[in-house]
Amino acid sequence: MKRDVVITGIGLASSLGEGLEPHAAALANAPTPVIDAQSFAPYPVHPLKPLELDRQIPKKSDQRQMEPWQRLGVYTAGLALDSAGIKDDAEAKAELQVIVAAGGGERDHAVDSAILSGLRATNEPGPFLNERLMGDLRPTLFLAQLSNLLAGNISIVHGVTGASRTFMGEEQAGVDAVRTAHARISTGQADIMLVGGAYNAERRDMLLLFELGGFLRHGDYAPVFAREDKPGLIVGSAAAFLVLEPAERAAARGAKVFARLDDVVADRSRRREAGAVEASLGKLVAELGPVSPGALAVSAATGIAGITGEEAGVIAKLPQAKRIATGDLFGHTVEAAFPLSVALAATALSAGQASEAIVTGVGHWRGEGAAHLSKA
Amino acid sequence: MTTHRDAKGRPIVAVTGLGVVTSLGQGKDANWEALTAGRSGIHRIERFPVDGLRTSIAGTVDFLFDEPFTAPELSEKLATLAAEEAVAQSGLNAEGDFPGELFMAVPPVEIEWPQRQELAASIEGEPDYDGLLRAAATQKYKAMHELFLFGGVADHIADRFGTKGSPISLSTACSSGATAIQMGVEAIRRGETQSALCIGTDGSVHAEALIRFSLLSALSTQNDPPEGAAKPFSKNRDGFVMGEGAGALVLEDYDHALARGATILGIVAGCGERGDGFHRTRSSPDGKPAILAMQDALADAGLTPADIDYINAHGTSTPENDKMEAMSCTAVFGERMPSLPISSNKSMIGHTLTAAGAVEAVFSFLTIANGRIPPTINHNNPDPAIPLDVVPNQARDAKVKTVLSNSFGFGGQNTCLVLAAAPEAASPVAR
Repeated sequence: MKRDVVITGIGLASSLGEGLEPHAAALANAPTPVIDAQSFAPYPVHPLKPLELDRQIPKKSDQRQMEPWQRLGVYTAGLALDSAGIKDDAEAKAELQVIVAAGGGERDHAVDSAILSGLRATNEPGPFLNERLMGDLRPTLFLAQLSNLLAGNISIVHGVTGASRTFMGEEQAGVDAVRTAHARISTGQADIMLVGGAYNAERRDMLLLFELGGFLRHGDYAPVFAREDKPGLIVGSAAAFLVLEPAERAAARGAKVFARLDDVVADRSRRREAGAVEASLGKLVAELGPVSPGALAVSAATGIAGITGEEAGVIAKLPQAKRIATGDLFGHTVEAAFPLSVALAATALSAGQASEAIVTGVGHWRGEGAAHLSKA
Repeated sequence: MTTHRDAKGRPIVAVTGLGVVTSLGQGKDANWEALTAGRSGIHRIERFPVDGLRTSIAGTVDFLFDEPFTAPELSEKLATLAAEEAVAQSGLNAEGDFPGELFMAVPPVEIEWPQRQELAASIEGEPDYDGLLRAAATQKYKAMHELFLFGGVADHIADRFGTKGSPISLSTACSSGATAIQMGVEAIRRGETQSALCIGTDGSVHAEALIRFSLLSALSTQNDPPEGAAKPFSKNRDGFVMGEGAGALVLEDYDHALARGATILGIVAGCGERGDGFHRTRSSPDGKPAILAMQDALADAGLTPADIDYINAHGTSTPENDKMEAMSCTAVFGERMPSLPISSNKSMIGHTLTAAGAVEAVFSFLTIANGRIPPTINHNNPDPAIPLDVVPNQARDAKVKTVLSNSFGFGGQNTCLVLAAAPEAASPVAR
């Protein structure tokens, strides 16, 4: 017997600001995107609107122990707990199961560059590397880089003592995090879950990984579905966390329900030929069942050549759907992209902008996912 | 056809295939022989220079590559070998068409120093990140992108074995391998899949990885002799020794396995997990999360502490873990604890980190199958504060039907598994 799963908490932060309001407003009347084209030129990024960290991470010592992506995630998870009304509910936080979609933390760029310079000049690269790393790496940097320490910091800062799991693997980690959380609640394997991700785009080491594969757009901003001239990602700093629980539990505690999360599905096509993504995503969307005309279609599309058009092809088949690309609002956010898109869909449903939403996500390299949400 | 359900009315999760690679060797036979002989796989590191390092030993797997390799390449190779062994034993399709889903514990990866140097060598001027980006923009190093993606290893394994659905790459730090198994169990119980390939792999001993743990004072510095450094539960324990390896398990709905006439090697009877908000690297001093995780695993299995015959310890050989684990076990098992055997495989293979929970689950099933408990070696200086039967130094014959396997990790991760003999052997016994 399956239980209905509802979203009772939403935490959002991006270049647009934090919380539901600026994001609902952006959905209603497409704003000019916030772009920083200079700091990382030739790569434009959507910079995070600065947060007042003290509001969610009161201890400076905790803030110091984290890198920006962890602070952003912990902050946004706090917003979600506030939004669900369980921030001070120790019992709920002991039950709360956490799934975080995460990459890794930022490297110390100054240390890396100095070591690379030194390595050019030395005849003994191994011992030199050892000496410099032993002397120059901050011991706590390791913890600020470890993927599962975003979840660990959520536990510490917000007192969440339920168990956490961290999914890695770029965009699809975000899809599978939401999918697994939904599946565990709907089948009774968990009663309340916090799921989401955070991505800090303003870091050259992360840009480097994507640029190696030729996946970044150079130059100016263009909308996700109109980048044929220069396809590629424009990344953005953002995070989203959702609190999910069974509809019955939400009703029993009188929680505000933002939307119902009906289903989440995922697959991985091998992408050996053109059309593979369209076929895979089309099949997933079909699994979600019939979609009413005029539904909102929230897409986490990347702007990568080929696959973005294939995703557009699937969305175009939804009857009179209103298409929103989250990449146009606050950039591509990798692991956080799908949770952010689900959060945005729930925000729109809650604001009465639609009564049904489909969310789609196609990873820049692997993975396809889709979700169906309804007005509660 | 009869349908079997566990005490909570859920599908029973059978194990039909096991595979393992560690510094002791490749495959179950080689590992079991060494493990029960009390042999250590820990040795002086030859993979990279150890000049200036406080720790110069590890349980690295050095027999798979002749050429230099990266952590994701070794992790993938280890996982492939372990999974090949497990899938072949299961009798499920081994020809790249595995019928179930993939759950993989993989180490976090990032661009490594040799690759960073390769990029730096190709540019003029400062080798800062702007310079590296210029090198990347030439598109001459495209392969590095896929190599250092977090999802790359699991994606390649999914391709190789033809697993279905969206492969999961996960981390719960040093309990990751156990979490991979737990996720397979949950998917089978949900009826989402009838089989699951669960793998924990870690081949990430390189200079920076070792130095990071060293800077946290987590590693043993008693380098000489290398095989004596990992001494869980001993008074003079001083840290863990990094290890490499992979463990793979084929999990299957019990009825599905029965219907195809598969040999059932055991069952994963229960899983428990708890978070710990105390500290980033240290456990709650009262051991509460570990205690609750063990109790949750027992409750999930519908068992009581009296049903456990042996504990496969997390037993890292750090001063703090072993003390906390001993205290927590005593809290759960009470007056039985001094006579309940508990041993640490890590005394011989080191701490295989991301892989540990899976590797040690494989060893737990071998313990059940062979009726022999691998020892905790290097136990020459017992800690009076830890009055446990750690199966010191010598393997011991014992009837073992049910094992509790513990995994605890940085970031407050506590995962415990109850692993049991196949039901025919386990159920008729009067309690």
